[in-house]
Amino acid sequence: MSIAAKQAPGSPQPAPPAQTPGAQNVSPPNQPAHRGGFVPGQKRPPENPAQVARGKLLFGINCRGCHGADLRGGDLGGPNLLRSQVALSDLNGELIVPIIHGSRQKMGMPAIDLNDADANAVAAYVRSVIVTIKGQGAPPSAGKEVPSILIGNASEGQAYFATRCSSCHSPTGDLSKIAARIPDPKHLQDAWLAGGSEEDESGDPDGRVVTAAVTLPTGETVEGKLVRVDEFLVTLTLADGTQRTFRRTGDTPKVVIHDPLKAHRDLLPHYTDQDIHDVTAYLVTLK
Amino acid sequence: MKLNSIALAASLFAAPLAIHGQGNGLNPADILKPLSDSWPTYNGDYSGKRYSALTQVNRENVQHLTLAWMTQVTPGTGEDNERHRRHDRDRPPVIVGGEGPGDIQVRGGSIKASALEVDGTLYFTTPDNAWAVDARDGHELWHYFWKTKGGTHIGNRGLGMWNNYLFMETPDDYLVSLDAKTGKERWHKMIANVDDGYFSTPAPVVVGNHVLVGTGNDIDSPGFLDSYDPETGELQWKHYTVPMQKGDPGLDTWASLDAARHGGAQTWIPGAYDPETKLYIFGTGNPTPAFTNGTRGAGDNLFTCSLIAVNVDTGKMAWYFQTSPHDMHDYDSAQTPVLVDAMFDGKMRKLALTATRNGYYFTIDRTTGEHLVTSKWGLHTNWADGLNKFGGPKINPEKNATVGGSLVSPGSDGTINWEPPAFSPETGLLYVSEHNSFSEFYLTDLDPRGSMGLGGKEEAEIGSGGTYLTAIDYKTGKIAWRHEYYSDGGGGGGLLATAGGLVFGGDGAGNLVAHDAGTGKPLWNTRIGYVTNPPQTYMLDGRQYVIAATGDTMWCFVMY
Ligand code: HEC
Ligand code: HEC
Repeated sequence: MSIAAKQAPGSPQPAPPAQTPGAQNVSPPNQPAHRGGFVPGQKRPPENPAQVARGKLLFGINCRGCHGADLRGGDLGGPNLLRSQVALSDLNGELIVPIIHGSRQKMGMPAIDLNDADANAVAAYVRSVIVTIKGQGAPPSAGKEVPSILIGNASEGQAYFATRCSSCHSPTGDLSKIAARIPDPKHLQDAWLAGGSEEDESGDPDGRVVTAAVTLPTGETVEGKLVRVDEFLVTLTLADGTQRTFRRTGDTPKVVIHDPLKAHRDLLPHYTDQDIHDVTAYLVTLK
Repeated sequence: MKLNSIALAASLFAAPLAIHGQGNGLNPADILKPLSDSWPTYNGDYSGKRYSALTQVNRENVQHLTLAWMTQVTPGTGEDNERHRRHDRDRPPVIVGGEGPGDIQVRGGSIKASALEVDGTLYFTTPDNAWAVDARDGHELWHYFWKTKGGTHIGNRGLGMWNNYLFMETPDDYLVSLDAKTGKERWHKMIANVDDGYFSTPAPVVVGNHVLVGTGNDIDSPGFLDSYDPETGELQWKHYTVPMQKGDPGLDTWASLDAARHGGAQTWIPGAYDPETKLYIFGTGNPTPAFTNGTRGAGDNLFTCSLIAVNVDTGKMAWYFQTSPHDMHDYDSAQTPVLVDAMFDGKMRKLALTATRNGYYFTIDRTTGEHLVTSKWGLHTNWADGLNKFGGPKINPEKNATVGGSLVSPGSDGTINWEPPAFSPETGLLYVSEHNSFSEFYLTDLDPRGSMGLGGKEEAEIGSGGTYLTAIDYKTGKIAWRHEYYSDGGGGGGLLATAGGLVFGGDGAGNLVAHDAGTGKPLWNTRIGYVTNPPQTYMLDGRQYVIAATGDTMWCFVMY
């Protein structure tokens, strides 16, 4: 389950609720010795490093084949220990050690011949890996080796660009060197889909200029940069830098909003994923 | 204002020991009545309609609705908070409970709770905190604070009430019972272990002598619904929402028992209750790992992303309907189902309606679970490929997270999330806020064993394809109308419908708005900020009040 804040491009008041577990307000832990891992705010007691080192060695010898080098399950049928309620709840070996000593033999987990100290060391090692689990239960390795997203065909992408994009963009004009400006292919793909990227000053989709024309019942038309709009008020920045707010009642005054990005955004429902990958493969060549 | 009148005001409120909640509590039988003067349970009444019979505020006069009071709450003990200290003469002392060390700072911020209104007192929460305030002027009667052991502090949906007892869940997975008059703790019981990644956000729902309690978890733990005795806190029954033993129903939809036991289906939104069949009907969350097949196989993964009906006395499942078979986008079906008795195909039927996070809408027979209607209610919903034989959407594997990225609408936040919908029997329309976001889903964990929890993907929010207040015709699933919002946050924290012909909700652009229930046209607005909970209404002293929260502030409106 995840619940993220929603925010409109150009919306006057961003939707503020910290609704994503990952995005909430968690104060940095002031005692680095206490690590809670993936449970926000939690403080688990620190493990003894020497015990953990011995446990790691013993795990490699006795458990790894079945439970995997990363504890996420192995070829010989042992389950993932990083999402095991027994391992997650273990505080002091009280849950893990009896299993090592044979309490689950009927279920296929053999009794392992380790004395209490060594079994406890293995438990300490398991707990030390558990605190490295990432937010929302992501594995410790999350984000370490992310595959390249470049799987498209650049010449197909060039052809697609010529028919669908070139009415508004040019590879030698506004998009020349786009891949130099946004070198990471994933960021580039997200940026061209969204119509800009925050990291690239020329194209932050939320920072772009939206204009509006307000026509009053008197016939006077006021134009300016749109500061904010909802069903009840519209605020413009006028040419002289001052702001002016108009009350709206239904269609009065008449408000025409010009969002240059709208036509770009309106393409979103029409792309196939193949189109997207091809266009990205092409755009990364515009260095 | 003169100095002595300030002193007088202060002394009126500064007698903490004398301040108590008011009235005689809540007879559980009263919750069976349709929603009118009070607001005794999460959804107002058991039907989940969030439809108030009050008509004093209506289409004709709503433009005269005006501020009665507002009150800002301060979570925590207040010791570390300058603002709280400055005002503490007006406030009763904080009652402190909890098993945590007291120095863990995780704050869940805003009020997402539905308040209870009983006998002139409002009871509401934020994570770890409960308040009673006077419903006539908003002054604080008591404040209870729970010292946490940690856990995801994402929100708290409010309290349940049984006679003079209140029930609250905490992010570190305790069920806490408070005395409604004093705010003093009666007992607390552990629901789940926070070490296993559980975190609890729901409002407990009281049915007869059952306190129904769900929870949440992101790291591959089994979902369940518990029933507790309101007097003693003893567990009455526990219903797991995934197969836990050999022979359990639904096991054949998982690759293994181990996968099923780590399969999720969390129960983090309060359900609706049908007194005639004694069925408690609620939605379940996503399967885990959320974005990869790995351990869970290609099956439907029951009973994740489903509407489930359990007998409230036994906890036994009567029926289920899966709204997102084999979910791959974290589209929890944790939406509030709406129970209505209404005409369908020329006959009166007992129905359950749900517009789910995945962009699909369903009408179900709530006595049998028989599927009646499926429609696509999200404007750009594109992840499914037709329907399966049960009437649920069939996943299009090409729209799962992929290495090169796939463009999906809605993003994992969904077409709707937890925010409760509303239904008006007069218009026959289900009101929901509709969010047509696009996200690019990248698969980042290629491990054949699958990933864990919500890991294994990256999601880039690409843009919005429009946000609406949407009215759905339950007979056909068709959209009756869409009223466009100017902000993606449109709909705020949920909706309220009233017999005055109104639908209340935040517009995401800083307004609380009253819409015409027939057309969506806005009839009244007030600029109080981003509305974080569902608006509610109650009647006191012959006056109809409307309340809504923005962040840490509760606002109350009335007509003079
Ligand atoms: C021959 C393979 C094998 C070996 C070697 C092995 N295990 Fe297991 N282990 C299993 C199996 C199979 C299970 C599942 C048992 C069950 O279903 O209850 C299991 C279960 C467990 C569990 C409980 C998981 C849960 O959530 O119920 C723990 C903890 C555990 N093993 C730890 C260890 C440790 C520590 C070692 C090394 C000292 C080890 N295992 C060695 C096969 C093995
Ligand atoms: C109807 C006109 C139109 C079409 C067609 C269109 N775009 Fe755009 N696009 C825009 C506008 C307007 C912007 C915003 C430019 C700005 O803010 O300066 C934009 C922004 C962008 C940006 C960000 C520019 C920057 O400098 O960072 C990229 C990249 C882009 N579009 C690529 C494409 C691609 C690829 C296609 C075809 C698949 C396409 N666009 C189709 C109008 C269009």
